[in-house]
Amino acid sequence: MFDIGLGHYLTVAAVLFTLGIFGIFLNRKNVIIILMSIELMLLAVNINLVAFSTTLGDLVGQIFAMFVLTVAAAEAAIGLAILVVYFRNRGSIAVQEVSSMKG
Amino acid sequence: MIIEGLAFYLFATIAVVSGAMVISARNPVHSVLFLILAFFNSAALFVLMGAEFLAFILVIVYVGAVAVLFLFVVMMLDFDFVELREGFLRYLPFGALIGLILLVELLLVIGAWLVAPGAPTLAVAPVPPVDSGITNTEALGRLLYTDYALAFQLAGLILLVAMIGAIVLTLRRRPVRRQDIGDQVNRRPEEVLVVRKVDRGEGV
Repeated sequence: MFDIGLGHYLTVAAVLFTLGIFGIFLNRKNVIIILMSIELMLLAVNINLVAFSTTLGDLVGQIFAMFVLTVAAAEAAIGLAILVVYFRNRGSIAVQEVSSMKG
Repeated sequence: MIIEGLAFYLFATIAVVSGAMVISARNPVHSVLFLILAFFNSAALFVLMGAEFLAFILVIVYVGAVAVLFLFVVMMLDFDFVELREGFLRYLPFGALIGLILLVELLLVIGAWLVAPGAPTLAVAPVPPVDSGITNTEALGRLLYTDYALAFQLAGLILLVAMIGAIVLTLRRRPVRRQDIGDQVNRRPEEVLVVRKVDRGEGV
């Protein structure tokens, strides 16, 4: 039980990924929590990449984990900028009315 | 070995519990703080796995930049938190069902996992042995600036586009009176000056 291997890390990543998806279902109205759930899912993917990288002794997994991190940061910045603009226009961040913004 | 196991269970438990608190906390500020806790414990898991550089990058980028950005937005905008939480219980059974199915599937995949015996010898960029004196950071840098230089530049381009996009989206153009040099130079006295005859004892 105290012999930690690949499976343990993959289990943690699977649970975190599921929590991310669950969070999107649960907080259908709150975009900020949805963005945070996406961050949780990307974190789970990173844990998977690093776990395989260190277990198989290949550094490429860590390189790609770094690229995933870059994209996650860019996505958070753009998502929050869209959120700020939407709040300025509508005075609320309830996503269910976003479809009213289509031209 | 026992210490490693105990550390793993400690960090993994805190990471999973704070992940659950992120999606279930009533106050979004608490959600952001639990997100920070989850990232910290994941960084500790990275250290445990032997990826020190990524662990510190995770702390610097996520806790130092992304989580603070979330905090800024949560505190800057004035939301009605109660209104945003309605529908929480309505979606709970459906979301729980989907999540449970997904988790069982993922765990089944992990349970049946088998690494091919020759897989570690096929590594594209083998991790340097511990006694070689090459740190994780140095090995990653050697790989990133040579074989993956193009992808590295592309990542920088993505960040640039994200930065410009965020600025363009949130920049507000207020109506401001600006100085127009050409206008000032082209002013003629006869256009703007009027000479009036004013009678004594009366105003204009």
